[in-house]
Amino acid sequence: MGDTVLLAHGSGGLLARELLDDLFLRYLGDDELHALEDAAVLSPIDGRLALTTDSYVVQPLFFPGGDIGKLAVCGTVNDLAMRGAVPLYLTAGFILEEGLPMADLERVVASMAATAREADVRIVAGDTKVVGRGAADRLFINTAGVGIVPPGIHISARNARPGDQILVSGAVGDHGLAIMTQRHGLRFESPIQSDCAPLSGLVQAMLAVCPGVHVLRDATRGGLAAVLNEIAGQSRVGITVHEEAIVVHEAVSAACELLGLDPLYAANEGKLVAIVPPDAASTLLEVMRAHPLGAEATIIGEVQAAHPGAVVLRTAFGTQRLLDMPAGELLPRIC
Amino acid sequence: MSQQGFRPQAFRDPAAAQRLIAAAKAAVAEPVAIMEFCGGHTHAIMRFGLRDALAPEVRLLSGPGCPVCVTDDADIDLAIALASLPDVTVATFGDMIRVPGTGGSLADARARGASVEIVYSALDALDLARNQPGANIVMLGIGFETTAPTIAAAVRVAADEGLANFCVLSLHKLTPPAMRAILDGGVVRVDGVLGPGHVTAITGSDAWSFLPERYGVPCAVSGFEPLDILLSVRDLAVALAEERPAVINAYRRSVTGQGNLVARQLMDEVFVLGDARWRGLGVIPASGLDLAPAYAAYDARNRSAIELPPAGAGPHARGCRCGDVLRGVIAPPECPLFGRACTPAKPVGPCMVSAEGACAAYYRYGRSPS
Amino acid sequence: MCLAVPMRIEISLILTPEAREGDYVLIHTGFAISVLDEQEARETLALFAELEEASRELDRAEGREP
Repeated sequence: MGDTVLLAHGSGGLLARELLDDLFLRYLGDDELHALEDAAVLSPIDGRLALTTDSYVVQPLFFPGGDIGKLAVCGTVNDLAMRGAVPLYLTAGFILEEGLPMADLERVVASMAATAREADVRIVAGDTKVVGRGAADRLFINTAGVGIVPPGIHISARNARPGDQILVSGAVGDHGLAIMTQRHGLRFESPIQSDCAPLSGLVQAMLAVCPGVHVLRDATRGGLAAVLNEIAGQSRVGITVHEEAIVVHEAVSAACELLGLDPLYAANEGKLVAIVPPDAASTLLEVMRAHPLGAEATIIGEVQAAHPGAVVLRTAFGTQRLLDMPAGELLPRIC
Repeated sequence: MSQQGFRPQAFRDPAAAQRLIAAAKAAVAEPVAIMEFCGGHTHAIMRFGLRDALAPEVRLLSGPGCPVCVTDDADIDLAIALASLPDVTVATFGDMIRVPGTGGSLADARARGASVEIVYSALDALDLARNQPGANIVMLGIGFETTAPTIAAAVRVAADEGLANFCVLSLHKLTPPAMRAILDGGVVRVDGVLGPGHVTAITGSDAWSFLPERYGVPCAVSGFEPLDILLSVRDLAVALAEERPAVINAYRRSVTGQGNLVARQLMDEVFVLGDARWRGLGVIPASGLDLAPAYAAYDARNRSAIELPPAGAGPHARGCRCGDVLRGVIAPPECPLFGRACTPAKPVGPCMVSAEGACAAYYRYGRSPS
Repeated sequence: MCLAVPMRIEISLILTPEAREGDYVLIHTGFAISVLDEQEARETLALFAELEEASRELDRAEGREP
C-alpha cells in the first residue's frame, strides 16, 4: 500500500481500490459498505428522520483523549442525540493531502471504526479524494448522520421556558484546553484529556425518565457561554447561571489562567446542556450522575422571563455580570 | 510542603473577602480614591466585582499600567512599516497584533502580506532568528519593568551568539515616571496607589518610596488574587485614616525591598534611559528604555531608514478617549464609543484590545443586563 | 499567581539563577522573574484563613447561614 498517500489513491483506479480494500474496509466492517455500491440502500424508517452534517478540520490530528476520527463520529452522533434522535447511520467523506503518512490515516480510520462500534452506529457510505500537497492540511473529514426521533419527543432550542432548570452533564473546557495545551507545548504531569464521547446513551437514559426535556445542546465551539446565549436568543428568555455550580477540572482551570482563556468559552466534545421543567430536574440529575458520562453533572442555573436574550453569571463573590457571546476567533481549528 | 495550600482558591475565599471589604470601608472617614496602576489589577478587580463591592467609601480608578495601551500611534505605525519591509519579520507578543495605529493594525498588515509572528517569549524570537538566517527578525519590545529584563536577556544572548539577524525595537517604558506624571498633572485626585506586583518584583518596593515621601501618598504593592488586592486596599485605607503614608509591601511572597538585582543589572547594561511618548500622557522625560550604545547593533532603529510619521495624528479624531481612561479621568463606560462603536470585536483604541486594557476588562466583566 | 498543578514547561532561569529544583517561581513570558518565598506565602495564607474564620464567626453570631 505504500507509506504515504498519493494523488492516485483518490483517482478511482487500482491504487484507490487498494486503499479501500487494505485500509478502509479492513476497519470499517459494515455489510452495506462492503457491497461497494454507489449508494447504500437501507431499511425503511418508521418515524421522523433526523439528519445532520459536519466537517472536521481539527489541528493537531491526534490529541490526548482522541483524534479527528473519534471526533468525527462523536460530533455527528451528538448532533443527532441533541434532538433526541437515536443515531442509526453515518457517512464519512475524506479529503486527504498528498504526502499524508499512511500510518496516520490508518490510525484515524481504526479510531472511527472503534468509536462507531461504541456508539452503536453504522458507517454505511464513504468517499475519498486526494488533493495536491498544500491544498489541504493533512486530513479533513466530512460526515452526514441519520437518526430516528421517537414519538412524543420534541426537543428544540426554542423550547426553554421561564422556571426551567439548567443542567450540565459534567466539567467544561477539557476538549478546548486539551487542544490548546498541545499547541502551546504545555505539558502537565497528567495531560488534559479531551472529553470527546458519544452522548446518545446518556440522552436515551435521560429521556426514559423525562421525555419532556425542553432543550438539549452539546457545548462545542464557543463552549457553554455560546450555547446558553444561543438558547436565550432562540427561546427569547433570560438565563442566570451560578459560577460556583459549574464544574471545571483543576488542570483545565490552571491552563486557562496561564493561557488567558476562560473555560466557559472553551469547546467540549462530550458534554451537554439540558433545560428541563423544574419538577424533573432532581430526577434527571440522579439519572445523569448514574451514567458514566454524567458523573459530574450539576444544576447550574435557571431560566427566567427577565432580560430576554441575555445570560447573567453570578460569581462566588455574590456579584453578577453578563456572560456574552464569544467575540472573534478565540480557538481556531478546535474541531 | 503541602500543595493544598497554594491553590488559587485559598486566595479567593469569599468570607475572608467580605471581612477585608468591611474593614476597608470602616477605616475611612470620608470617601477615598485609590488608583490601581496595573491593568492586571483592573482585570482582577472587574472579574471579582471588587469595584462595586468597595464603593462608595473606596473608589478605585484604573491607571496607565497597560503597556500595549500606552504605546503611541507613531510607534505602532513604525512597527507596521518595519514589518512591511522585505526580509523583515516582526515578532510581537499576541496583544499588540490587533491594536490599531493610524492606518490599521499589525494583523491588518499581515493580511496584506507583511511578515508578523506572534511569540510568547523573547526566546521564541531568538529561535526565529536562528532558524531563518535569511530573515531579519525585529522583536517588538513592549512592556514595563517586568518584560524589559526578558528582552535584555534576549539581546545579551544574541550578542553572545553573534546572532546578526536579530534586533529589538524598544518601546519599553518605566512605571514610576508615569505615576509621577499623573500626580503632577493634578487632574485626578489620587489618595492612594495600588502598586503593580510583578513590576515591583523586579524593581523592588523601595522604588515607590517617592510616593509617600514626595507626594504624601501611601502605596501598597499588591499581588493579583482578589484577597491580595483587598488586603492591599484595606492596608491603604488604614494608612489613610491614620495619616501615615508609607510604602506597604503586601506581596511579600514575591516582592522584596530591592527586587530582582540580576534583572535590574541586565536592564542597566542593555538599556539606557530616554524620553518616551505615552498615549494619554504625552512625552515623559527619562521614562523609556533605548538600546545602550554597546548594543547598537541590536537596535532596530539603527537598521532602518524609515521616516517616522508625525506624532499626534490618530484615533483622537475618531472620538477615542483611551488617553483619558489611562489617566483615570474617566471610567471606560463614560467614553461615548464604549460598547457601541468600540467593542472587543471591533476596537477603536488599544484599551479595548489588550487583555490588560481597562475598557476590555469593563466590557467583559462590568456589564449587567439593563 | 501560584498554581497547585505540577507542570513541566521550559522556562529560562537567566533572571533567577538562584532558583533550585522544587522552588516555586513567578513566570512572565517564558522567564522566571522571582522565586517564591514560601514562608511569606504561608503567613499570607494563614492571615486569609484567620479572616475567613473571623468572618464565619460573625455570620454565626448574627444568625446568618453560611
